[in-house]
Amino acid sequence: MYEIRLHGRGGQGAVLASGILAAGVVEAGKHAVAIPSFGFERRGAPVVAFLRIDEREIRRMTNITHPDCVICIDPTIVNSVNIFAGLKPGGTLVQASGKPLAELALPDSVGTVGLCNAVRIAMEIFKRPITNTLMLGAFARTSGVVSLDALKQALLDSDFRDAGLEQNLRALQRGYDETEVHHLERRVAA
Amino acid sequence: MSAVLEKPKQKYIVCEGNEAAALAVALARPDMVSVYPITPQSSLVEHVAKLIADGRMDAEIVDAEGEHSVLSVLHGAALAGGRTYTATCGPGLAFMFEPYFRTSGMRLPIVMSIVTRDGITPQSVWGGHQDAMTVREVGWVQIYCESVQEVLDTTIMAFKIAEHHDVMLPVNICLDGNYLSYGASRITLPEQDEVDAFMGVKDVNWHAALDPLRPMAVDPLTGGATGKGPATFVRYRKGQCRGMQNALRVIAEVHDEFAQRFGRHYAPLLEEYAMEDAEFALMTLGSMSGAAKDAVDEARAAGRKVGIIKLKTFSPFPVAALVSALANVKALGVVDRSVGFRWNCGPMYQETLGALYRLGRHVPSASFIGGLAGADITVEHFHRVIEQTEALLHGPAPTEPIWINEHD
Repeated sequence: MYEIRLHGRGGQGAVLASGILAAGVVEAGKHAVAIPSFGFERRGAPVVAFLRIDEREIRRMTNITHPDCVICIDPTIVNSVNIFAGLKPGGTLVQASGKPLAELALPDSVGTVGLCNAVRIAMEIFKRPITNTLMLGAFARTSGVVSLDALKQALLDSDFRDAGLEQNLRALQRGYDETEVHHLERRVAA
Repeated sequence: MSAVLEKPKQKYIVCEGNEAAALAVALARPDMVSVYPITPQSSLVEHVAKLIADGRMDAEIVDAEGEHSVLSVLHGAALAGGRTYTATCGPGLAFMFEPYFRTSGMRLPIVMSIVTRDGITPQSVWGGHQDAMTVREVGWVQIYCESVQEVLDTTIMAFKIAEHHDVMLPVNICLDGNYLSYGASRITLPEQDEVDAFMGVKDVNWHAALDPLRPMAVDPLTGGATGKGPATFVRYRKGQCRGMQNALRVIAEVHDEFAQRFGRHYAPLLEEYAMEDAEFALMTLGSMSGAAKDAVDEARAAGRKVGIIKLKTFSPFPVAALVSALANVKALGVVDRSVGFRWNCGPMYQETLGALYRLGRHVPSASFIGGLAGADITVEHFHRVIEQTEALLHGPAPTEPIWINEHD
């Protein structure tokens, strides 16, 4: 079982992204369960969504406390939420950020980092900082857990209202193409 | 499982429990739905409204000014012979209570999803079984689901159970707020023609169908202490009780029929999981059961003889099936997602004590209460429940409930 925790802010589409990622995983023939965690929806408030992926049926309908991967679609949320809580040793971080790797404060548990300047790209595509689809492309590139084609199919099957399908397909592709993947030397615990 | 996997790939969809319920309602072809949105049920009625707006569901929809009116609208529609549906939760269910009580007495086979939510106050908008448990004594059939697929399948079955002539009672399909309402999973969507064949010819309200050309009264004044009042009232109440007992059989029959046609079988009243040689058991309800099963698999691998009795049908309470399932159990831990204030324990635990009396043998037991107001009941929590229940085999039973999330 592969477990993902997705961090974002209300209005950025973190919950929607978790649903599209689940659809992409199912497109590839696997099982997926996505569980969002929210209550009073407020634009800008921290939002978390959980996603499990497995070859067999997933029975537990619970939150995720020890993820294999953290996807963070907002560049500043790391200042207010401990996005690394419970991350498994050698875990993966997929981060929306314009900063170089050296400027990120990463705990020892992080083994792989995918960095995507998603806000800048989103402003070019959507004229708004909507980073969710971009970060799905970044996740596919960083983790290899789901293919770009499966995510494209999931987008094609989705029901877009105000945001265009064509823009989202471009966002997915650019998120994939413009993500830098870094494999970190594991720091030895003192 | 293999039958499901053999189906073509495009039959899988990913959707949340609320959408699964709405899709099931569309497949069951109701004549009228009436709605009022309330968290965490809102997206369910939004999906229903969208299905109607998109022409995928041919039903009248009344967006009423509140839940009391929602159910009253459906009373009229059901009395006119329509197949009817709504959904609510928490404070919405409370506001609906007056017509809710009348629905079962008038024997109206209305199907209503309860997207379960904890009771206020303290203020909370999150899941818990407190709302559905609070109205468990009002004569509705109440069935709880474990997974998104089960929500879809059971919502279809609900219409057939409610409308069965030996039942003629309203049915609540309970899906856990947040974890099931917003939890999205891979599911299989049945074909419309298969559902049509399963449902058969619509024969909804043969006992009282309002018709302006043939004026009639329903729900006459009965009771009191004189004349035919007492006997008439008793006849109505006995009829409701008989309908509830008949529902135990009908629920099982409809589940069997569903399994034969669609290849997915769910234990209709209660599921016995790893119970063959179990020394002690947990009882669960709703979406918590998946995590409980994962924990029991791990405990079994470690040599612990533990099983699960998962209730699906809570009302009518499946006493005989539960007594049979408990036949060889030496200790029992019952996990509730709501509070029974009167007995200082969970409501399912309190009901189970009645079944244990029928068993005629003392079984050490404990009431666990968890998952209130959206709290999680994880696999780790269930490992502690297993340990504490196993301890009942050799030690004293607690006199107070054990609060699972007390230190979270």
